[in-house]
Amino acid sequence: MVASIVLSGIAIGCIYALIGIAYNVMFSASRVFSFTAGTLGMAGGILGSLFILKLGLPVWAGFLLALAGGALLGVVTEILAVRPVLKSLDQHLYVLSTLALALMVQQFAAIEWGTDAQPFPRLLDLERTTFDQQFWLPMLACAVTIVGLEVLYRRTLLGHAFLAIAEDNYAARALGLPERNLRMASFAIAGVIGALSGFAGGQMLLAFFDNATQLTFYGFVPVALGGMGNNRGAVVAGLVLGLFQQAANFLVGGIFSSVAVFAAFILVLLARPEGLAGVALGRRV
Amino acid sequence: MDMSTTEARPARASVLSSLAASSALPWLVLAALAVTLPLFAGGYWGVIATRACVYWVLVAGLNLLVGFAGQLAIGWVALLTLGAYITAVVTAGQVMPALDPYLALALSGVAGAIFGVIVGLPALRLRTFYFAITTLGFATIVRQIVLAWSTVTGGGVGVPAPVFPPPFDSQWGFYYLCLIFAAVCTWMTINIAGSRFGRALTAIRDAEVAAEACGIAKPKLLMLVFLFSGATAAVAGGLFASLQSYITPDAFTTELSVLFFIGVLIGGRGSIIGPLLGTILLTVLPEFAAPLVAWSTFLYAVLLLVIVLVIPGGIADLLDFKNRRPLQTNRAIVPRPELLGRLLAQDQDPGTLTLEQVHLHFGGVRAIDGLDLTILPGQVHGLIGPNGSGKTTTLNVISGYYMPQRGRAVLKDAVLTQLSHYARAHLRIARTFQTPRIVGEASVIENVMIGGTIDGVGTFVESLLALPRHWQDEKKLRETAMLALSTVGLEQLAQVRADRLQHSELRFVEIARALMIRPAFLLLDEPAAGLSPEEIRRLGILCVEIAKHGTGVLLVEHHADLIFDICHHVTVLNLGKKLAAGTPAEIRSHREVVSAYLGG
Repeated sequence: MVASIVLSGIAIGCIYALIGIAYNVMFSASRVFSFTAGTLGMAGGILGSLFILKLGLPVWAGFLLALAGGALLGVVTEILAVRPVLKSLDQHLYVLSTLALALMVQQFAAIEWGTDAQPFPRLLDLERTTFDQQFWLPMLACAVTIVGLEVLYRRTLLGHAFLAIAEDNYAARALGLPERNLRMASFAIAGVIGALSGFAGGQMLLAFFDNATQLTFYGFVPVALGGMGNNRGAVVAGLVLGLFQQAANFLVGGIFSSVAVFAAFILVLLARPEGLAGVALGRRV
Repeated sequence: MDMSTTEARPARASVLSSLAASSALPWLVLAALAVTLPLFAGGYWGVIATRACVYWVLVAGLNLLVGFAGQLAIGWVALLTLGAYITAVVTAGQVMPALDPYLALALSGVAGAIFGVIVGLPALRLRTFYFAITTLGFATIVRQIVLAWSTVTGGGVGVPAPVFPPPFDSQWGFYYLCLIFAAVCTWMTINIAGSRFGRALTAIRDAEVAAEACGIAKPKLLMLVFLFSGATAAVAGGLFASLQSYITPDAFTTELSVLFFIGVLIGGRGSIIGPLLGTILLTVLPEFAAPLVAWSTFLYAVLLLVIVLVIPGGIADLLDFKNRRPLQTNRAIVPRPELLGRLLAQDQDPGTLTLEQVHLHFGGVRAIDGLDLTILPGQVHGLIGPNGSGKTTTLNVISGYYMPQRGRAVLKDAVLTQLSHYARAHLRIARTFQTPRIVGEASVIENVMIGGTIDGVGTFVESLLALPRHWQDEKKLRETAMLALSTVGLEQLAQVRADRLQHSELRFVEIARALMIRPAFLLLDEPAAGLSPEEIRRLGILCVEIAKHGTGVLLVEHHADLIFDICHHVTVLNLGKKLAAGTPAEIRSHREVVSAYLGG
């Protein structure tokens, strides 16, 4: 019993962390938090189920197509909802434009896919064990993403360019970096990461349109607590959140676990608005 | 001097009355349509109209929060749910003895106000996206609680809702009840919008730092608005329950929340009639396109995206014909310092403003490194130095935006560095900013009136109900603001939207706003930047005249000529330290200053 709580807690935590990383990747490239982060997770689940169960494609094809769908969604987000409002960041129009796009995608899914949670295929033909694939797949996805991003950011020239954009947009442009293309690439990467979380976690979360709202909220908790733009913080906070939620689910029931998570989230942010691992903002005047 | 003001007055009065007439017309049309609706519309439209009224009761309050204060509360359906269930549960008589429906509605309102504040608390510390997410989280949780707490809420099965006693028990009777609530909410929000509280809310939204410098206490004001919009949302919930006659959690979807939120934004920020039309539009729209009902939320979202990208001003902006008339070009700003006497009556000794051994560093950078500074009343004190020498930082320490690690700022008996930002205005310390901080969508005179916020005596509730003190405050503020505008030479532009002004004019608007608090000390941050030589000369005269009325002026400037012309005393900063201090003549011949800064 304890084992399954811990396993599902870590697995859910990994999904939240991945959504948090998707938030971060988009934020680093544009200084924008996008409401579409949870939608990417939803898309990963629904596209996976669509391609593999409904259309009968092989798992690997469904996997690649789901990730491609996520990347496409990321790029569309950048073009439709982020780029037009970047000029007036201080007006916070991005909150509204990304919210609008997220709602459009979610509603489209609700109408075309249906409002019931639909099954997600078992990806690997393995026997069910305690340490089942539905638990270790999200963990694997999270580990691969972390390592992949570290390699990208630290070892490759492209990654350095991403970091330069995140660190100082103006300076990076002055150096001649193709800021717009890098930003679109970042949103595509975020789309892949978001879709990966929904695909890898599909067996736990199912292919369900309302996952978008849930993941948008629970995926942001690690970002807020771990400090914005801080991927390691997001992973740690995501794991803590997942374990806490599953334990509370088991001990006091689902409702109170939600209330507890929400209350903890608010209290931590009230005490430290910059997050547990974040740095306070600079000048206002 | 009086001749020109008396000349201006009749013109102003006629402008105001025609303005009032043009803005009253749509309201009269709407009211007439609403009251006579049963004469020409069938019963089904009655239900739709009732629904629009109920929605508006909520949106009216939410509008103050979203449209005026700029707080992105996207999960406000939570409070509708709360109000609906409280009303239904306490009148059903299942859990407790049944209450009268009106009492239940009042009880919902009180509970809504309390929860409004609870949801709102994070807004005091969290920025936009964070707050939006927390309201979304709150909405999710309320829904889960309603589903799970089935002994009280009936869970997924739901609970029956009350019918209001005669004459409001028939369909049209209930319509009129909701219409009364909607009309009262409209009236109250119009009152607030036109009061110093409404202007303060837009200042918090668009120019938070300036709002603080004007003495607006954001936490207190926001809490009042959260109380109000929480209460109206919960009352709307009670009416909504009665309209539905039986409520289940399915009635309170995220889509509904989105409808409310988008209604405000389609209407336009800082408007009342815009969001009202927006709400009616969103309520009625699906009825015209029956096959599209399933797609309605999708369409709302599309509409939101289009509004944000194409017409950020919303419906209100489309209706704002007044501000499309071209402004006169070649406008000149001609201040009339002779009016200052009526504006700046110093009733008591302002004391001196002193900085004592102030140290402030950001990480390894020493922005201010042991600065002593004394600013005397009735003098113009110049603060100059190369970029990065700590001039604006010094102003920010006085204004309270930075907390020095060591040292303190003192005015008379008050230690400034121990007080909150917005306490400065009460001590009559005013300031302007390097980049003008203005509410672009408000008129020039409204922007200036923001400066006088702390001089109002009426409370929020008095403004809400338009009691006499509200009118007295408004009259006095408007007159003083007009006087301040005449003083800086911008009275012609009083009714124009502030974002249509030129940069140089905005600088003078900021000075007018600062004059509204009858400053004992006036901090000007590069007021001459972007001004023409003639405007700089007039600005100089204005500064000198302000000082003659007993105000201490601290002037941060790069225009050395202006500084040497008008200052009584000049302090030169370099790398956060005082390089030299003295009269302009002494500074001009100071060897180090000349080599480090002035050149030649």
